[in-house]
Amino acid sequence: MLVIAAVLIWIVGWWLNVRLANGPAAGSPLVRLAIPAIFGLTVLIVWELMVRGFDVNPVILPAPSAIGARLMVEGPRLWADFEQTIIKGAMTGYVIGGLAALGVAILADRSPFWTRGILPVGSFMAALPIVGIAPIFVKWFGSDWQSKAAVVAVMVFFPILVNTVAGLRDTTAMQRDLMRTYGAGYWPTLFKLRLPAAMPFIFNGLKIATTLALIGAIVAEFFGSPTVGMGFRISTSFGQLALDMVWAEIVIAALAGSAFYGLMVLIEKRVTFWHPSQR
Amino acid sequence: MKSIVPVLTVVAAIFAFWALAVIPMNIHLVADQAQRDEIVVAPEEPAARQEVSGIGLALRNPHIIPLTYTFVRPTLPSPHQVGAELYDSVFAKKITSKRSLVYHGWVTLAPTLLGFVIGTGLGILLAVGIVYSRVMDASVMPWAIVSQTIPILALAPMIIVVLGSMGIQGLFPKSLIAAYLSFFPVVVGMVKGLRSPDQMQLDLLRTYNASNTQGFWALRLPASTPYLFASLKIGISASLVGTIVAELPTGAKAGFGARMLVGDQYGQPLVSWAALFGAAITAAALVGLFGLIERVTLKRMGMQAA
Repeated sequence: MLVIAAVLIWIVGWWLNVRLANGPAAGSPLVRLAIPAIFGLTVLIVWELMVRGFDVNPVILPAPSAIGARLMVEGPRLWADFEQTIIKGAMTGYVIGGLAALGVAILADRSPFWTRGILPVGSFMAALPIVGIAPIFVKWFGSDWQSKAAVVAVMVFFPILVNTVAGLRDTTAMQRDLMRTYGAGYWPTLFKLRLPAAMPFIFNGLKIATTLALIGAIVAEFFGSPTVGMGFRISTSFGQLALDMVWAEIVIAALAGSAFYGLMVLIEKRVTFWHPSQR
Repeated sequence: MKSIVPVLTVVAAIFAFWALAVIPMNIHLVADQAQRDEIVVAPEEPAARQEVSGIGLALRNPHIIPLTYTFVRPTLPSPHQVGAELYDSVFAKKITSKRSLVYHGWVTLAPTLLGFVIGTGLGILLAVGIVYSRVMDASVMPWAIVSQTIPILALAPMIIVVLGSMGIQGLFPKSLIAAYLSFFPVVVGMVKGLRSPDQMQLDLLRTYNASNTQGFWALRLPASTPYLFASLKIGISASLVGTIVAELPTGAKAGFGARMLVGDQYGQPLVSWAALFGAAITAAALVGLFGLIERVTLKRMGMQAA
């Protein structure tokens, strides 16, 4: 019965989206928002009905309503986990790694020789499974958030470095000559021309690094953590077969990831308002 | 090829930094061991040594610095120790041995490749669907983009455990994660690629009275090749990272991830480091292989990388 209802709702949702997408108002911003929203809602309802209809064991897949209930009840615990993992672990590491990458990029940029060397090596390092250092770092820096911040810092370092170095090269000879005719030295040129010109690239790196930061902080907690933190909660809730709690943490991680990314996009819009992609 | 000297210089600088860092990282442990072997060490009290920084201790005991490079259980092993362990576990062991890194590498690589093929295939199919159907484009594409900002990789171990509790074990759970991780980069890249032909080219095909299918095979698919390769390179390294992370905390007995953890738990840091470098070399080889195929293919098609 519930399964048939799920199939019907899927058909209705899809039909609604077909009408909206091919209708006269297809281009309007409201409809462009409504279509993915309807799709997401349909998936949620179908999930709920399927879980109930087929009587799926909550140990395998809990219903969205159960996850929602957990989110409501476990507010304080989830907040403590969020604070430990995202704010202390991921954010600290992100800032340290980002500043280090920026510093190294500016230093390397003074010589074209280093730039040519760092670009390929950096993009090579960015493709490596750096998360693997997590067990080693947990051993070095202890199990509290410091080790997580260290893992995150190393993980975000290379993408930001490569993008910054590439960005600092992105000025034309004409622009640099203009600065020279103004009698600007290295530092004024850096701050007034080259860093602003590099901003679209730097933000590209910063945006890639947001997801990496969360992954690093959560995965590092699997190897040792105090009794708080999202990675800790995910692994222990598993042991207790409390899958709804695991999913609640996933929802928080997803929201945090999207919010972190969104924040970067917002700052990027304010900083690089002059760039063609933002106008 | 003119960048080969700078690249080598950067690599050499990294190794030099690593080799220097070995001294302060290991000196405390080495000093304790040296004292037990009745070598004179500057602050004689072990407690007093803990107060001194690694660099300070090294400056006061220059005679034990060489020992930091050959220490058996180092905090940070020296490059030549890792190199020796890597050589030993790759070439000197039979590949069927449980201590051979080739064996563990294959355990990781097989699900990675299987998952990558599945993920790429499905990703291309979804991308074709998105390009040809406005409904799919409007409903699925925003979610595909949002899903890139979610730390999915962190959930990899959990998926293994869930599938394990359902009685599904072996290659499949790890492939699922590898497939999932390579799926979205391919979708996003291929949608961009299939849309890359401009209006002029599409109009030309229409004047030829080409059907949608003909347009797909003759224009859209070839035009998407550079984008496909860019996504493949991202996807294969994401797949490999996913498989390794999936092995890490789940008590897997074989694979790069298991090796990294075993070395950590049984006080054999060299095994961990060798596994880490083995994984890095594998990732580099895979990305390099796709880079090579990309170069050859695009050259024969007369195109440039995206």
